[in-house]
Amino acid sequence: MKKEGKQQIWKDYQKEIADDNYYFQRSCIRQNFFPGSEYAFLKIIKEELGKDIFDDARQTTCTGIGYHSDIIPFETTQTVVARHFALMTEKGYHNFVISCVTSFGIYSEIFETWKEFPGELEKTRYYLKKATGREFELPSNMTHASDIIYKFREQIFSKRKYSLVNKNTGKPLKIVEHIGCHYAKIFPRKGVGGAEFPQVLSGMIESWGGEVVDYPERRHCCGFGFRHYNVMADRGYSVANSKKKFESMAPYKPDAIICNCPGCTMFMDKWQYVIAEMENKIYGTNGNGIPVLTYEELAGLVLGYDPWDLGLQMHQIDCESLLDKMQIEYDPELKYAGKNGEKLEIPIQPNYVH
Amino acid sequence: MKTVVIIGAGVAGVEVASQLSELGYKVALIEKSSYIGGKVAKWDHLFPNLRPASDIINSMEEKIKTGNFSVMVNTEITGGKGENGIWQLLTNNGKNFEADAVVVASGFGLFKAEKKEEYGYGIYNNVITSVDLEEKFKKGKTIKMTNGKIPERIAFIHCVGSRDEKSGNHHCSKVCCITGVKQAIELRNQIPDAEIYCFYMDLRMYGKDFEELYRTAQEKYYIQFIRGRLSEASENIDESLLIKAEDTLSGRPLKMKVDLMILLIGMEPGKETTDLGRNFKLGFDNDGFIKPRDIHLQRNLSSQEGIFLAGTCTCPMTISDTIDNARSAVIEVNNYLKNK
Repeated sequence: MKKEGKQQIWKDYQKEIADDNYYFQRSCIRQNFFPGSEYAFLKIIKEELGKDIFDDARQTTCTGIGYHSDIIPFETTQTVVARHFALMTEKGYHNFVISCVTSFGIYSEIFETWKEFPGELEKTRYYLKKATGREFELPSNMTHASDIIYKFREQIFSKRKYSLVNKNTGKPLKIVEHIGCHYAKIFPRKGVGGAEFPQVLSGMIESWGGEVVDYPERRHCCGFGFRHYNVMADRGYSVANSKKKFESMAPYKPDAIICNCPGCTMFMDKWQYVIAEMENKIYGTNGNGIPVLTYEELAGLVLGYDPWDLGLQMHQIDCESLLDKMQIEYDPELKYAGKNGEKLEIPIQPNYVH
Repeated sequence: MKTVVIIGAGVAGVEVASQLSELGYKVALIEKSSYIGGKVAKWDHLFPNLRPASDIINSMEEKIKTGNFSVMVNTEITGGKGENGIWQLLTNNGKNFEADAVVVASGFGLFKAEKKEEYGYGIYNNVITSVDLEEKFKKGKTIKMTNGKIPERIAFIHCVGSRDEKSGNHHCSKVCCITGVKQAIELRNQIPDAEIYCFYMDLRMYGKDFEELYRTAQEKYYIQFIRGRLSEASENIDESLLIKAEDTLSGRPLKMKVDLMILLIGMEPGKETTDLGRNFKLGFDNDGFIKPRDIHLQRNLSSQEGIFLAGTCTCPMTISDTIDNARSAVIEVNNYLKNK
């Protein structure tokens, strides 16, 4: 593998990422499955980087999952997106930051639609005005939240408590990165590094001391696929796709997987449990699965945030193997404790993989 | 004596220079690079009969040696304008020319395989182009993987940068199909035990003896042809490649491990041709090649009076077609100058 070839491609796919003053668009899935991620993102942006970011309680879904499952018409999705732009406009922001990759795809698709078909934009303005009385401006800069972390990755690393090094061996941790399809595969120019060899997560891994695992099925979809998991009869396709990836990455013995898409994080994490239950097959080492983290959780660990504040106990695959390799201090007793320290019920443990 | 300047000392340029000087014109042949012969100078053997490419180069050198025309290498045309039937040409080395006629024979460029990112050229160790392979053949090198092993399974990928909307080239490069067949046979001769596959969209064996070579490749050399375009390639832990395609004849997706992948890269207008076309305001076809005045009746005439076109600056061609095209350019130039 020639690194210089990738660097040339990465040079070709750079995008403008705003410096400051962000309007934050949250993710439905992430708030439920990885609630610590957006908490960590906001904390990093505000407290570590000293930037201004507005977290708006008036937001709704972007309709992405309904849209991709063909139950929400495009006009509705455009109007919902327009409403979020109106909320941003009302607050005086111009830089729109999107937490979810599905939403990022939706916003990018609509943005391009409005560029190519200005009539659609005018129609949407009319619908929004009629429905809500609101008007909106288009954002001058639109990025995915991972773009922001990528942009400031060196600054984040300068404040590190830990780096992505296996303290037991002194070697860089081997990390699989997985980019959501809707981050760069729809519009490669909108992703840092393009679609084939994206850099947004690999840049973070390398800057923070880790080593990126380049495995054959790196670009394969995680299996999320909307209809694949929505329709129960099709879920086998979803598992099969994730399995293909695990089989392909396993020989490299990765220490962790990081993703920038909520769907990918969820399925790469939970399907390991399903495959273990179905086939007693485990892809990590020493009987553990491969921990799957969001990039903000990884950034949080590097900065020394408490793993349980980051919500790592919410993951299907235990993250302790990674914490131990990085020699991160944590209290196992507090894994299932509430904020006030009260012990919560411990979840039922799976049969085969942890 | 009327003067003709020919830009480009490849197959077309040398042919035009030789024939026009025979007809009694004062001819200057200008070449940007340091050598004559164009792309053929870097080729080892030619389709369809696998004759050495050096035969063609030797013939060109003979024409230069015996011909009554000047050749200037390392000379690039940087600008020019025509007035009262005379073209003033400026060069990079300060030597300028006056010409009664100019023949653009600037040839073609090669598709940059890096643009097809999904194939990993320039990133994966064992992905090379047809041009790289030919260079290895010419240097007499044994074809090996980068880890020194002899490849056991080899895949040729046709139409890389040709007939491909994503890479911006809709046109067919015409010569890559038969080049792939020729190179597969040469590889078989070098590595008798290797499995060799060609992934194609369709095979355009239009030239004399092309179909015969294709049939021979299957019957005598056991080259496997799979109709299906590659979707992507990835590198395995041992530096071999995992390729994914669809076998469109069986209608099934296909995944295969290969040790070496050869991309049959297509012909493009090339920077020299584009720059000359712009400088002389010649106009371009949709494929980016210089547009002839009439595609059927005036293929060697450009939109500018006194500027003629020869060879692959107008479209992809084989060597034989290039020589024919160059000779027809000579007739057009001669007719023009006779009546001037």
